[in-house]
Amino acid sequence: MTTTVQTVATLSEAARAMAQGATFLGGGTIIMRDINAGVAAAQIVRTTDPALNDIRISSDKVTIGAGVTMSQILAHPELAFLHKVARLIGGPQVRNMGTVGGNLFAPHPYGDFAVALLALGAQAVIAGQNGGRPLDDLLRDRSRSPGLVAAVECPRPSAGTFGFVKFSRIKPKGVSVLSVAALLPREGGRIRGARVAWGAMAAGPVRGASAERALEGQTLNPDTIARAAQTAAEGLAPPTDAIATDWYRREVAGVYLKRLLEQMERG
Amino acid sequence: MAKKPVNFTLNGQDRAAFADDGQNLLEFLRRGVGDLSPKYGCGQGACGACTVLIDGETQLSCLVLAETVDGKAVRTASGLAAGALDPLQTAFMEHFSAQCGYCTPGMLMSARALLDHNPRPTRDEVIEAISGNLCRCTGYEPIISAILAVAEGRVRA
Repeated sequence: MTTTVQTVATLSEAARAMAQGATFLGGGTIIMRDINAGVAAAQIVRTTDPALNDIRISSDKVTIGAGVTMSQILAHPELAFLHKVARLIGGPQVRNMGTVGGNLFAPHPYGDFAVALLALGAQAVIAGQNGGRPLDDLLRDRSRSPGLVAAVECPRPSAGTFGFVKFSRIKPKGVSVLSVAALLPREGGRIRGARVAWGAMAAGPVRGASAERALEGQTLNPDTIARAAQTAAEGLAPPTDAIATDWYRREVAGVYLKRLLEQMERG
Repeated sequence: MAKKPVNFTLNGQDRAAFADDGQNLLEFLRRGVGDLSPKYGCGQGACGACTVLIDGETQLSCLVLAETVDGKAVRTASGLAAGALDPLQTAFMEHFSAQCGYCTPGMLMSARALLDHNPRPTRDEVIEAISGNLCRCTGYEPIISAILAVAEGRVRA
């Protein structure tokens, strides 16, 4: 299919083009593949708006422009809580290209950064719209365009409350058998507002409701961890692909949740 | 289909050429500019054979829209030897780091970017730096050895 690429100066012009059916080109690691394979949309839009690369840090939250790459996250000392996640995305070249916004739309088995953001309770800032849109909502149906994601707003987790693990067969660069992230804020030693998110355990990043139920209100100790691990895969229907079967993913989900929670328990 | 003018530097030389709409940088370099050193492997970002440096960063030229390098500096393996071979090229020969050679230009660019940013990498850092480049011949050891030899100054200039 013939593809036409339009370059515009501002986010609002890009959002207008998208409203008329154009696909947004960010870092290229998803859309250029489609262009190379001849399956891209006929109309592609990209923008040179520098706002897309802004990183703003405040005391309780960070706002990361959708065009910020994984390497830029790794270079930013205030985003240290996301470094482990960014380091596990792709290889060096992909980290120099792949963006925060693009990762929200990366098809299975990609999208591990979105998994972390989902666990963190992040919101997408949509160009031309007020207020953020929770990622829970945006990731539920990624085939429906939410408009142009201009940035992601993410509450800053307090020390030791956020963790992430990715399981790949090939190291140091391999796609996910699965990934899992957890945010476990504590009140008086007990977990309040547990958020667990899985990658490669559904068509896209999903919350782990059964693990969250097992963790909520508990102290993070070996008994709690064992219970959460036991129910980890409940309610999840992972895909079968060249990396792993659905059965295998369900079997090992608890193992990796346990490893993650044990890491977090050790601090 | 509109052609887009692209002014950039290729291995330090000013270049100007027209890119097709939607054309990737790899095709643009090979067909439009005549630099055949970056290779087409997978076309989807998995193999690293098309790796080039854009403003000093490794990127996959098959996934870069050609027109976006307007105003930027692109480096490819064909520019590594300026008069004499780059020490990495010498080391790759001395360590038998190529069999079929198809991955070599991409490997060299990933290695060059590593040493430009970090002249004394550890073995783990070398492995990380070439983790986006597939080689199906060598088993990687000779490539890792060659890069470490340059880092440790064990290569004749």
